[in-house]
Amino acid sequence: MNAPFSPQVSRRSLLQRAAGLGVTVSFLGGSAFAAADGAMAKRKMVVIICRGGMDGLTVSPPVGDPDYAALRGDVAVTPDKALKLDGTFGLHPALESVHALALKGQARIAPAIASPDRARSHFEAQDVLETGAAQVYGVNTGWLNRTLEVMGPSKVEALSVGATAPLILRGKVQAASWSPGKGVDETARLPTLLQDLYKADPMMGRAFARGLETEAMAQQAMTALNPAPTPVSADAASMAPKAMWQNAVNTSTATPQGMAPPAMASGPQAIAAQRQGREAARQLGSTLAGFMTQPGGPRIAAISLDGWDTHAGQVGQLNTRLSYLDAVLDGLNTGLGAEWSNTVVVAATEFGRTARVNGTGGTDHGTGSTALVLGGGLKTGGIIGDWPTLKQEALFENRDVRPTLDMRGLFKGVLAEHMGVDRAALESKVFPDSADAKTVTGLV
Amino acid sequence: MSLPSNDVMAALAATRFGLGARPGEIDAAKSDPRGFLTAQIRPEGADQPLGGEGSAQRLAEVSDYQMQKRDAKTAGDPKTPAVKDADKALRDQVGDDFLARARLGANTDAGFRERWALFWANHFTVSSTSLGVASVADPFEREAIRPHVFGRFEDLLVASSTHPAMLMYLDQAQSVGPDSKTAQYRRKTANKAGGLNENLAREIMELHTVGVGAGYSQADVTEFARAMTGFSVGRAQDPSPHQFLFRANAHEPGARTVMGKRYPQEGQAQALAVMRDLAASPHTARHVSTKLAAHFVSDTPPPALVARLEKTYLDTGGRLDEMARALVAAPEAWDPAPAKFKTPYEFAISTWRAVGAEPSAIGKLAPVLTGLGQKPFSPPSPKGWDDQAQTWCAPDALIKRLRFSEGFAAVVADRLDPNAFAQSALGARLTPPVAKAVARAETRREAMALLLMSPEFQRR
Repeated sequence: MNAPFSPQVSRRSLLQRAAGLGVTVSFLGGSAFAAADGAMAKRKMVVIICRGGMDGLTVSPPVGDPDYAALRGDVAVTPDKALKLDGTFGLHPALESVHALALKGQARIAPAIASPDRARSHFEAQDVLETGAAQVYGVNTGWLNRTLEVMGPSKVEALSVGATAPLILRGKVQAASWSPGKGVDETARLPTLLQDLYKADPMMGRAFARGLETEAMAQQAMTALNPAPTPVSADAASMAPKAMWQNAVNTSTATPQGMAPPAMASGPQAIAAQRQGREAARQLGSTLAGFMTQPGGPRIAAISLDGWDTHAGQVGQLNTRLSYLDAVLDGLNTGLGAEWSNTVVVAATEFGRTARVNGTGGTDHGTGSTALVLGGGLKTGGIIGDWPTLKQEALFENRDVRPTLDMRGLFKGVLAEHMGVDRAALESKVFPDSADAKTVTGLV
Repeated sequence: MSLPSNDVMAALAATRFGLGARPGEIDAAKSDPRGFLTAQIRPEGADQPLGGEGSAQRLAEVSDYQMQKRDAKTAGDPKTPAVKDADKALRDQVGDDFLARARLGANTDAGFRERWALFWANHFTVSSTSLGVASVADPFEREAIRPHVFGRFEDLLVASSTHPAMLMYLDQAQSVGPDSKTAQYRRKTANKAGGLNENLAREIMELHTVGVGAGYSQADVTEFARAMTGFSVGRAQDPSPHQFLFRANAHEPGARTVMGKRYPQEGQAQALAVMRDLAASPHTARHVSTKLAAHFVSDTPPPALVARLEKTYLDTGGRLDEMARALVAAPEAWDPAPAKFKTPYEFAISTWRAVGAEPSAIGKLAPVLTGLGQKPFSPPSPKGWDDQAQTWCAPDALIKRLRFSEGFAAVVADRLDPNAFAQSALGARLTPPVAKAVARAETRREAMALLLMSPEFQRR
């Protein structure tokens, strides 16, 4: 048992708060990569899945599009608030770090992107996004897992962080997983005895073995990049900002304080909660960076960020969610340091939302949305894909942003150009039946 | 298909169909394992957790709190001690609700009945996306789910779709027909006319009834959403405060066409007629039967079992008591191989049941479930908690289950005989390797942690 006031505990508690915000991380990677020679062996990729249908028209509001303001009414981002990208597009004001990167040519938007699914069902669309199949129920493994199969046969290690395993990395390669919380001593007697019993249950056996391995790595990830600001002592912890400590306590005991999300409220309390949420999200990003910069650490990671289904009260909810997304990205960027130049991050969602505001200050399930592409090695360029405009005749089914780019084309582009995945394998194994989804080029 | 011995069936009755064996439960089921289960099916529905208030009272309290907060804000200090106390009181109630429900699960002699109720509560998911919905998450189960779980599916569907918790969670309460009187009036008097919100209509079709493969279109969803306009929750000044209220003025006038059928009805009869047809659809029979079989028996349920349940649904007009009997009668449901991996809630409840105890405080339960990915009353989406081993049997989750098992064993193991405990918890499902490991353990704690982490205890 750790001492109750050690900084390590508070780091974990802060991350537990991140888990309470609906953030989970999963990643894959392996020592086989590290052993390989050449610059490609350092290349890293992070996929952020924004679950619930993230509204592209709020992420990157086309404030210069003549139809935008009228369609969006009260939920529109006004031109004076948007962080300017070009004559048409801005970024939502909460995306400060993303905007700073965009100004350096290290962040771009794909403003009219969609998966091949058109059912406007969260569950179906997330399945298609994560399996990489042309249609729902096409396959039951994730495309990131198949990427590993293709890149590093047999000896590639896989690792996931988060209490549950997301579909995007399910498959033949056993993904380990980790999430904040107390670890176990892997050299103790009990784990050894259990591993013996799990010989009869391969699914549990593989998962348990990988869980034990990951613990050691987690310790290193947290201490390497988040050094304790003050010496390890109860006195030091008692001097830590009270609000943060209290928050950590609330979350780690999970009293029902943690039950309602901080999204809808406003006022000083909500602002304080949002600031703490941002800090937790930032810490999560830098801890993930801590895993990825270790020798033999994972080179491919996936993060889930929940809470994007904004049928009502959209403005406040997205303000909070986007500030967390921005904080995770900022944590990753700063945590990766020099490795940022070897990294590409893609943030994508299962579908966008209706072009028109609905009757309840929100938007309903739509089609095209925005994906964010970030990284130190990106080539500069404008938007990725074409902008179909918001003219009535341009809307998909007179309702949604018309998609001009297939999500699989973007993922294929990153895997081919940045990660060096074999193009034939991409088409046949990672994204089968994706000939229609033209591979995006010129990214890195 | 031959059935296993009565000893094995008794162990399956308590652990697979029920919520885990309490001391003596497997013995009680031995003479007639199937009868032990069918005796738990009863017309009045599932048991009710102790205590708790009705949803109308809860929503009145939430409404009072919000008013108090507004007043305090106007007066300049939104964080007065009174406001903070009121906020805490509301949240504490939610914790008390969850604890009462967990204690029912830990104590009940009718584990199958409780599992059956939990299945339907998860099928008609609400989640704590706001303080309002969190406050009525448990009242929703008490009022809309538990009374109907052995009645007709259609009644369950209507009860769920007209309950304030569902109407608030999926934004139906605010949905207004674009050509309704309310919208026309608002256009004249205000900038905002309000409008349609199709969230609940879509999820009823996709998740609660016919399922995504049933061939409906976006137009069907929108038409159903129009039919549902007016389904709302009364405000303090309305005739039925904080309860279901049909707002006739918000209802979109005119006939609707959903999945090829025309609905000329006026008012709330229209959406109820659509729901009746959705409930009677063979797609719903298939969807619900597949989900039940997958929950009780296997992530990939035997097609013969699904077919039996489906036939029962269609033959009986969706009678859920008959579905429960058909499940117990089906030989496919008694395959001794434990295919299902317990969810965190099932695992935690089954540990308390195994020692004949109940969780002492919400603080002992909620952190465990949150750490394992199943935060109380907070499923990640309207689809509810996932039911697949691949989701829950993750490396990190197993490490956390081990931590919990060690902690649990440290508190209770010293009072127990490990070998007898292994027998009473698993009966004939206990395998020789695990029995041997338990017998050879160095300490009682180690023995108990090993048992709780064994494949046969983690699965059902």
